[in-house]
Amino acid sequence: MRPLTDEETKTMFEKLSKYIGENIKLLVDRPDGTYCFRLHHDRVYYISEKILKLATNISRDKLVSVGTCFGKFTKTHKFRLHITALDFLAPYAKYKVWVKPGAEQSFLYGNHIMKSGLGRITENTAQYQGVVVYSMADVPLGFGVAAKTTQECRKVDPMAIVVFHQADVGEYIRNEDTLT
Amino acid sequence: MGRKFDPTTKVKRGPGRKARKQKGAETELAKLLVDEDEPKKLSSRARKRAVKRAQGATASTEEKQPKKGFSDDNSEWLTPAKRKRKIDHSEGDEDSDSQWEEEEDDDEVKDKEEGEKEKVAADDDDDDDDDEMVDDYGAMEDSSEGEEQEEAGSDGEELLPIERAARKQKKRQEAAAQESEDEEDDDEEEEEDEKMDDDDEEEEEEEDTVQANIDHIDGFKLPSAKEREKEGLLPLDLQSIHQRIKDNVDLLSHFSEKREEGRERAEYLSLLKSDLCTYYSYNDFLMSNLMELFPLAELIDFLEANEVQRPVTIRTNTLKTRRRDLAQALINRGVNLDPLGKWSKVGLVIFDSSVPIGATPEYLAGHYMLQGASSLLPVMALSPQEGESVLDMSSAPGGKTTYMAQLMRNTGVIVANDASAERLKSVVGNIHRLGVTNTIICNYDGRQFPKVMGGFDRVLLDAPCSGTGVISKDPAVKTSKDNSDILRSAHLQKELILAAIDSVNADSQTGGYLVYCTCSITVEENEWVVDYALKKRNVKLVPTGLDFGKEGFTRFKERRFHPSLKLSRRFYPHSHNMDGFFVAKLKKFSNTIPTAPAEENEKASETETPATSEDKNSKPESKQQSKGTQGKARETKQQSKATSNSKTESPIAKKKPVVKGKKLKDEGPKKKLAKMDEQNSKEVKTKEKLKVLKVDKDITNESVTEKAEGSLLKKKTNKKNQKNLFQRRKNKMVKNKFKKLKNVLKQQEAGQ
Repeated sequence: MRPLTDEETKTMFEKLSKYIGENIKLLVDRPDGTYCFRLHHDRVYYISEKILKLATNISRDKLVSVGTCFGKFTKTHKFRLHITALDFLAPYAKYKVWVKPGAEQSFLYGNHIMKSGLGRITENTAQYQGVVVYSMADVPLGFGVAAKTTQECRKVDPMAIVVFHQADVGEYIRNEDTLT
Repeated sequence: MGRKFDPTTKVKRGPGRKARKQKGAETELAKLLVDEDEPKKLSSRARKRAVKRAQGATASTEEKQPKKGFSDDNSEWLTPAKRKRKIDHSEGDEDSDSQWEEEEDDDEVKDKEEGEKEKVAADDDDDDDDDEMVDDYGAMEDSSEGEEQEEAGSDGEELLPIERAARKQKKRQEAAAQESEDEEDDDEEEEEDEKMDDDDEEEEEEEDTVQANIDHIDGFKLPSAKEREKEGLLPLDLQSIHQRIKDNVDLLSHFSEKREEGRERAEYLSLLKSDLCTYYSYNDFLMSNLMELFPLAELIDFLEANEVQRPVTIRTNTLKTRRRDLAQALINRGVNLDPLGKWSKVGLVIFDSSVPIGATPEYLAGHYMLQGASSLLPVMALSPQEGESVLDMSSAPGGKTTYMAQLMRNTGVIVANDASAERLKSVVGNIHRLGVTNTIICNYDGRQFPKVMGGFDRVLLDAPCSGTGVISKDPAVKTSKDNSDILRSAHLQKELILAAIDSVNADSQTGGYLVYCTCSITVEENEWVVDYALKKRNVKLVPTGLDFGKEGFTRFKERRFHPSLKLSRRFYPHSHNMDGFFVAKLKKFSNTIPTAPAEENEKASETETPATSEDKNSKPESKQQSKGTQGKARETKQQSKATSNSKTESPIAKKKPVVKGKKLKDEGPKKKLAKMDEQNSKEVKTKEKLKVLKVDKDITNESVTEKAEGSLLKKKTNKKNQKNLFQRRKNKMVKNKFKKLKNVLKQQEAGQ
């Protein structure tokens, strides 16, 4: 386990800012204690400093996970967000998409969101903006990337894709083994 | 969405089948609660009614009888219970061959009575606090109290609480007919009522056939050895074996009256055992183990309970939602559920569901966890507090771990360990899904744990076990386990419990607790292991805080356990409708590990507190040594002591032979105390150091003799001999030593 290098920090924060914008600083400066990002087995974990200290007792090969896993660095040093980060993305998300109850299941099986399943969308969403996906009951279901702007969404036909799927909570069942 | 509601068809009302499904905890609680409540149960209106009743008692006794029958639909399901009770009374006089069925009947009646009781209790609750009910049952409650009371008043007659409830329900039904919103519920209830009726009919039929059988057979006769041999060759007839088991149990419960002359009890028992083994397909070892554990009637209940699945239960994740909201969300998805019981505020029982309960969006969003009712208990017993550090030694698949996190509101630290890396994946998934952020997940063998990390406030040890409590989940246990398996897991459990105790910090302000639990019901894996820990470490049993369950055994066959083991709790599938489970809560009261030989420990444990007595012995002495400011005065004191009392030797000589390792350990606290003591000048310290050095010399000189002495002590069991030898030697030693001591001290003082 080690702190992130500057370069890694930059790539990760760039990615995060696509979803939560400047709210990133709320993740770093928290009123309830210091939190930090640590790299372990190419995964980035978001941990309270108190827990971090205790976790140093555990040898590297025996430590499986600590705190919350945000995502992983690929072999090409890109950062990929995991669904496990949803708990911290959802409350700070700037752009949101709500799906209709009928389309919920489809999204949870890993499909993109069609215009027909789109319940609501935040105004002024730009194309390729990171969005967090909610059910109509305001339960966060995952996140993705807007395929169309809000304006375009009004015009397109029902079968057109409006949000590209990136991660959804169905992954907790579908690929439990590769969560971290 | 199901069948359409038809107001023209009258539907039978009542608690239905589901009302008596999860009765384990409630039966025990209901008794307590109802008893307590009874004195204050009467509302003002009820009191008025009571007065009225008392006034018109003489006149209305005859009139009342017909009126007491319930006027509405409820009469259909309430009267049968009465009828059955009557039958019971009449059957009570018959020969006890039918005792078997009677018991079943009794159970049924009890169930019904409980149902009534619960209903009554619920209704009373209604009067008192409407809110609580709403919390549990969501949107169920919509009729206002005022209306209800008006109704009661308008009738004027005394309405039983159950009648009132029925009226209320009827009214609700009417409302529903207009709105036709709650169709589903009604439909379901309807279906259930029908089912119940079917069941009743079946039971009656069964009764008839059994009665006929009994007519044919006068008494139960033990088959001869030849017959039994023949049986092995013929194809099995389970029906007849079942009948034979029944008869056999009945006979054994009235053995002196019904036995055949010249037949031993053991013969009947061996037949019963082999029958049970074939009928329920257990292996011989496990069956004999179970027969030792339960009385016969209970044994059959247990075996029957193992043939049916336990109800599916879920636990609300209070980090993300509330039980009420979750229940509502699931009901909207077509799930039929109920609160788990009064003992749990987060549990829900699932009766049936039109969607897979492990894949709803709510599940994926982490609003609940699929978890057996029994696995809530150890965490409730542990009751972790906010901000503590807690260790879960074998955490997979994370149900208990996440429950702990939820009780701690995501504060403090939880270390979730498991020996299997494969199973840890599910822990990772569940912890992230449920939004738990305070965990460290690691993959050690639990036995290494105190070396990795120690000083936890609380530790939960859900030890790996043979799984004899969860046969309904995994029937392979019936045949796959034998004695060596049980002993092997018992051995592992003993190692683990010691490691767990060593990881607890006894000085913790809030904690210092260990909860040991297994999903096995054998004594070897439970009481025996805890008893072992009591002997080996400075721990004591404390109440688990669970107000139901059966007490642990303090004696089993030839084994005798510590009497405090009755504070542990056992849970059985047949009596509590949850998996077989054992929970014991231990409190660690000292961080020192007793190193004295095992015999001594056993003696000490008999006198209640093993380590405190030792501590008492050691502490005052160390204090004496460090506290005494005027070295000389103290020395003289000791000398006088030594000389006056022939038995007491110098402190060194006294301690050495008994506990060798201890001396070394005691030096730690001694030094600390010396530091802390303000009066201690440097002089004294140096003196003491010198003394220690000198003592060491003495030890080296006398070590040979002492060793010899030690071995003698061990070998000789005769106490008198020991004493004599001891004294003779001591007298010699004391003389020599004190001469030396005096000399050395004089020299030192002169030098300074």
